Amino acid sequence: MSQQNENQSQADTQTKKLGIGTDEWVAQHDKRLARRVGALGVLDFLNEKVSNRTRYVALLLAAIAFGFFVDNQYLLRIASNLGVFLMMTIGINIVLGFAGLLDLGFVAFYGFGAYAYALTSSSQLNQHWPTYLSVPAIVITTAFLGYLVSLPSRRLFGDYLAIVTLFFGQIFIQLVLSSDSITFPGHTDSTDITGGSNGIPGLDPFKFFGQPFKSTTDYYWLLLIVLTLLLIAVTRIDRTRVGRAWRTVREDPLASQSMGIKVNNLKTLAFIVGAAIAGFAGAIFAGIQSAVFINGFDVPLLTLVYAAVILGGSGSIPGSIIGAFVMSVLPEILRVQNYSEMLFITVLVLTIGVIGKTWKRFALNIVSVVVIGYIVKLALNASQLATTPSKIWAIAPVSKALRYWLVLPSNRIVWGNIAFVALVALVAYYSIAREKIKPLLLPLIAYISIFLWEDRLVADANTTRQLIIGAMLVVLMIVRPQGFLGKARVEVL
Amino acid sequence: MEFGALKSLAELDLTVNKEEIVSVIGPNGAGKTTLFNIVTGIYTPTSGEITLDGQSIAGKDPAVVNQLGIARTFQNVRLFLNMSVIENVMAATYARTRSNIFASAFGTPASKREEQEVRQRAEELLNFFGSRLTGYRWDQPAYSLSYANRRRLEIARALATEPKVLLLDEPAAGMNPKETQEISEVIGRMRAEKKLTILVIEHDMHVVEGVSDRVVALDHGVKIAEGDFDSVATHPDVIEAYLGKGSADRK
Repeated sequence: MSQQNENQSQADTQTKKLGIGTDEWVAQHDKRLARRVGALGVLDFLNEKVSNRTRYVALLLAAIAFGFFVDNQYLLRIASNLGVFLMMTIGINIVLGFAGLLDLGFVAFYGFGAYAYALTSSSQLNQHWPTYLSVPAIVITTAFLGYLVSLPSRRLFGDYLAIVTLFFGQIFIQLVLSSDSITFPGHTDSTDITGGSNGIPGLDPFKFFGQPFKSTTDYYWLLLIVLTLLLIAVTRIDRTRVGRAWRTVREDPLASQSMGIKVNNLKTLAFIVGAAIAGFAGAIFAGIQSAVFINGFDVPLLTLVYAAVILGGSGSIPGSIIGAFVMSVLPEILRVQNYSEMLFITVLVLTIGVIGKTWKRFALNIVSVVVIGYIVKLALNASQLATTPSKIWAIAPVSKALRYWLVLPSNRIVWGNIAFVALVALVAYYSIAREKIKPLLLPLIAYISIFLWEDRLVADANTTRQLIIGAMLVVLMIVRPQGFLGKARVEVL
Repeated sequence: MEFGALKSLAELDLTVNKEEIVSVIGPNGAGKTTLFNIVTGIYTPTSGEITLDGQSIAGKDPAVVNQLGIARTFQNVRLFLNMSVIENVMAATYARTRSNIFASAFGTPASKREEQEVRQRAEELLNFFGSRLTGYRWDQPAYSLSYANRRRLEIARALATEPKVLLLDEPAAGMNPKETQEISEVIGRMRAEKKLTILVIEHDMHVVEGVSDRVVALDHGVKIAEGDFDSVATHPDVIEAYLGKGSADRK
């Protein structure tokens, strides 16, 4: 009897701890349901356990270590470009993610900052300002430019704002292009202000306390300091008064205005802050490159920055870091065949894992792919079709590992085309196939992808880079539209 | 108030006294929400004037009107859905607080203190509704709230702007009898504890009877009756507006 009582009271305490049936337990019900099984479930679990601050500190330590131990100028250049790109991503995150303003002319502020540095630190106008003067002046001027751009945008939202700001971005480009021969009134000959499409080369490096920056490493350290301070500042702003007000502007401007929040002023503030950050980034970029060319500040860069912020999750600052990394470092990594191969295989396996949902399904899929490979190999050997010796295509670690399993016919181009068409057809069919047929198609699609990769795409590094990034973006947006770390939003139209 | 050729409100003469609760009733399309929109500055009246404590507020920006002391809730609940419950209320204190982005970014003691005060004030306002919007609920996104809770949150948010006058647009819409009773009590408590003047648009006559000092009836933009609840409820024009021609005679 006493044993029974003990068990009963133990069960009672457990029930009390869980509070089954109480409001709190019910409220967390959705969270429990959402904890998915399989690979994603593990990731989710790890995600919750590690706090944000730990992650930031770990990242900072890794970045410091990188600066101390890496000498390779190429790597440092990539890292510094990442730093500048991250600054821009944060700036756009404030304008788009916090305040909800679709500013498509953002890169113009970046370009303005770069050109402003070029004009104050080169022989173009024979101005050689000291850095402690030029950079703050540039930040302030770009902020003022942001203010000017925000004025006509006050009454605009959404698509209309996008068009107007895109227009401003293009005005900037045209202005720079045609400012290589401006005739001032009262003079007969023209002056070359911006170097037009040739840009402005030969910029002075940054100089602090009389010491000029000697290599990219110096810029790396500067960026590390600037970014650390910027991330701290922006995270704090996000959590407090102005950040909340910005988010109300994004959510419902009318309700926001009715609660005493001056929406127009906040929009202007977002523009100013975003522009200031972009201008700062532009100046540093100009210092690193020692030259400015206008075609680096046009729509292609805008697309990359936007992709970065949406990939990471608009409104999420940690997300910006991930997004900036993916869009800035990844293309560089993919130049190297070894890495691009490994990335391809990883992405493919991950996609299978995500679609498969459970560990069992995942294992089944992998086994099916392997089986298909051997079947094809047997079929090709039996039919005595000429095959390409693996020496030719197995050059990197992954392809070397595959050479006993994958067989490539000698007529690579023809078969490559056939495989490409088959792949597109199969993927299209997959998207409309019945649920029962989908698991059968998946291993086939995976095999054809691997075949195609080794057959055609590996040889052409540039195309493969674009394809991989594009494919990743598409897959991610389908699977998780709010980006890596964004919050799923409820929109009321 | 005219929208083109549509006369939405005409010759409306309405006075509300301090700490009074006035209900505005009338069939749909009578111009009640238009009245609220004009008072809060969302529309500019085409004729006539609006004064608050002797100061004219007609045509002023809604943010300015709010800071002069008028807060409102919306008929179709316009919350900041993707923000958490407590953030909704904290955000509404923006105009009454001062830390700018530099103060927040540097984490000055003053800004930290203000942030704590804002948080405390929001918690107090949410506790006003008892256990409904308390504790773990604070950090949940507003879109996870039930309909009745969303209405309560909207009232809490309006209160966070520290108003003198509160305009409630159909606060009891879509609520069951028990929740309706709660809302009536809340309105009474708000007037008593926070010394507010309250203007209520309502269709539910139980609420109107329970809270009003005075009732104003509108129909097609014109005031058709005014007085205490009993006189307005039995007024033949009001009965006709709600129940149709001939009902007054039958009654």
